[in-house]
Amino acid sequence: MASILAVDDSASMRQMVAFTLKGAGHQVIEASDGVEALQYAKKQGVNLVITDVNMPKMDGISLIRELRSLPSYRFTPLLMLTTESSPEKKQQGKAAGATGWIVKPFNPEQLLSTINKVLG
Amino acid sequence: MSQFHQVFFEESFEGLEVMESGLLNMDPGEVDAEQINAIFRAAHSIKGGSGTFGFSDIAAFTHIMETLLDEMRDGRRLVTDRALEVLLRSVDVLREMLTAASGKGDLDEESVKAQMQELEAVLNDHVGEPASGSDIDAGSNATLHEVIGWHLVFRPLPRMMQTGNDPLRILRELASLGDMEVECDVSLLPGFAQFDPEECYLSWNIHLNGGVDRVQIDEVFDWVEDDCDLAVMPLHADAPELSEADNPTKKIIGDSALNVTEAEEPYGPDRRKSGDRRKGDRRVEQRRASAAPPSNSIRVDITKIDTLINMVGELVITQSMLSMLGENFHIGQVDRLQEGLAQLERHTREMQESVMQIRMLPISFTFSRFPRLVHDLSTQLGKKIELRMSGENTEVDKTVIEKIGDPLVHLVRNSLDHGIEMPDQRIAAGKPETGVVELNAFHNGGSIVIEIRDDGRGLDADRIRRKAIEKGLIEESDKMSDQQIYELIFQAGFSTADKVNDVSGRGVGMDVVRRNINELGGNIEIESELGRGSAIIIRLPLTLAILDGQIISVGDEIYIVPLISIIESLQVHPDSINLVAGRGEAFKLRDEYLPIVRLHEVFGIEGYRAQDLKDGLLVVVEGDGRRCGILVDDLIGQQQVVIKSLEANYGRVEGVSGATILGDGSVALILDIPGIMRLTNQSPELQLVKRTA
Repeated sequence: MASILAVDDSASMRQMVAFTLKGAGHQVIEASDGVEALQYAKKQGVNLVITDVNMPKMDGISLIRELRSLPSYRFTPLLMLTTESSPEKKQQGKAAGATGWIVKPFNPEQLLSTINKVLG
Repeated sequence: MSQFHQVFFEESFEGLEVMESGLLNMDPGEVDAEQINAIFRAAHSIKGGSGTFGFSDIAAFTHIMETLLDEMRDGRRLVTDRALEVLLRSVDVLREMLTAASGKGDLDEESVKAQMQELEAVLNDHVGEPASGSDIDAGSNATLHEVIGWHLVFRPLPRMMQTGNDPLRILRELASLGDMEVECDVSLLPGFAQFDPEECYLSWNIHLNGGVDRVQIDEVFDWVEDDCDLAVMPLHADAPELSEADNPTKKIIGDSALNVTEAEEPYGPDRRKSGDRRKGDRRVEQRRASAAPPSNSIRVDITKIDTLINMVGELVITQSMLSMLGENFHIGQVDRLQEGLAQLERHTREMQESVMQIRMLPISFTFSRFPRLVHDLSTQLGKKIELRMSGENTEVDKTVIEKIGDPLVHLVRNSLDHGIEMPDQRIAAGKPETGVVELNAFHNGGSIVIEIRDDGRGLDADRIRRKAIEKGLIEESDKMSDQQIYELIFQAGFSTADKVNDVSGRGVGMDVVRRNINELGGNIEIESELGRGSAIIIRLPLTLAILDGQIISVGDEIYIVPLISIIESLQVHPDSINLVAGRGEAFKLRDEYLPIVRLHEVFGIEGYRAQDLKDGLLVVVEGDGRRCGILVDDLIGQQQVVIKSLEANYGRVEGVSGATILGDGSVALILDIPGIMRLTNQSPELQLVKRTA
């Protein structure tokens, strides 16, 4: 069981992610934007972060950059959920320190199999 | 293997496009190495692929083409007119073979055989060249070079682990694909003092056995593409390190296997490049799709879909915001409610626009067939013609792409056949020997304009007039402007070609062209100058699903008039109205007399207000080059309306092109202006002709 921080401004998306991951026995913390996520992550360590890219206040890429600069998140898998399949977005994410990405739309099985791979 | 067929066909049709356009760009006697190389590469991959996927007849056919191209490339053979023609025709035959192989058509075996013989004849033209018959089988050998495994060299950059990527995870994933042998390279491991536990010093040599798909391997490395050096090389059955005698997949392969190995270079540094190429080829790929029969599926640029998905996200947010607001609403929140509604409206509009965008495809889908058509026709007619195209990237509705092709072909054929003169006639007329046909597409206001211009002889108004009199379409005494005379060629059964030949005059007349264009909601016009050339101008609505409409009322009924057909709306002065014996009313608009159509008479509406002309409004409309004034009670407003088909939901009604649902839920009919003119049984065009006299 891992603690996973799911960040997305769309409630339905967060629910889908949370539902899937809880069903697989993980602990899921939800946040609706980068600022909220960062606050939580600083307070409490998590094993994995899944974040949307386009969000109000702080977008996913800035969140990843901030998290990666924190000593306790240097090696934590940070995944982006992205509709942008454009190489530039992925590139930006990678440059900010993202581990990888999951391209929307995805189904629960795809999400789980990716998460399981990353968590090992 | 069959799961790759679809991709193979797509690639191959793309390859055919490359070959065709390359061949069209080549001139006899000239060796453009790059051009020939491109054609050769396309032929080579078709050969390789068709062999691999079991289409040995295609492989054999392509093999001869490839041999011919190879000799041209090396300069062993001259690029002759004949060779180019034969190669072009071979591309056609190859296309038929591939279409048949993909199960979408029948193959004429005879024509394949004949074309093959012709190719061989060209090939054997060269003295001292060996007959190719004996090599043909080499192509079918291609079936044998299956990939039986992969050799990977995976060298993570020191920083790889700092993005949270673990090389072990990648090795685990690879192992799940098939039987794997791994060798770890520790040569870069530093001494203990220099060792930084946050960096990666190891690299791996991996043999992955079994029929693993390259794509699967690429997926494993997707995230770390830039954080490692990676080489992926296919292992073939005859690769030395795997040639154990008991290997059941071992097969003996000829030299063709080598070609494949060469093509599959280690992809580390090359990868990005090939990615770019794929992007660049997208247009070619899309064009290929145009050759296929009208389909119900649509290939959409991924960015358009992304925009749409984002938009849906926004919409969901706004919606949830509004429903939260609604749960506990008090009057103090009215500002927020209005704000939310405004946001909802904006998102809805943006979404409508992006959904419409999905149906839009570049006109190059249609234009791409013309270089070949012009090349073939001008050869056949013995004319020198240059085709210039512009605005190929102009986007039009998918339905337009599917339906505009035939009319355009007809118009271009007309230009080539009737418009452009023979070279000697052109010189005699003081014009350059080579005629120019232009195909232009561009946006203009809310519509798309497609022009076919030529610098040929232009329309001969006198001849058309005589012909029309002969056919009984007009009378000797009719006085008409040139423009009105040009309009006559759109009449059914009108053809001025002195003799019917192979190129035009196949019974499809300009009337059919006009009808097709009208069906798309567009119109067609002619500009011409005798001796200087002519232009056919087609105007089409931007989209066929949404229409800018003027809402009008007659009695209790509401109708929509397409804005594109409205010229102006006005109140008539009783003095400007004339009664024409047996033909109804007409009113004078500046220098022109226009017939008046009372909509309540056409549709039998009761309770209309405009008994007297001065009580109503006249909407001056144009359709099919004719004008009239439609009498309505009132103009209500302008609005974009979504077109719903009446035919699909009810049945065809003359004078009505469709229906729409208004904001209050009621249904309004959309008027078909040319249809209404026909309905008024006054034959408005003759009226027009006579009245302007």
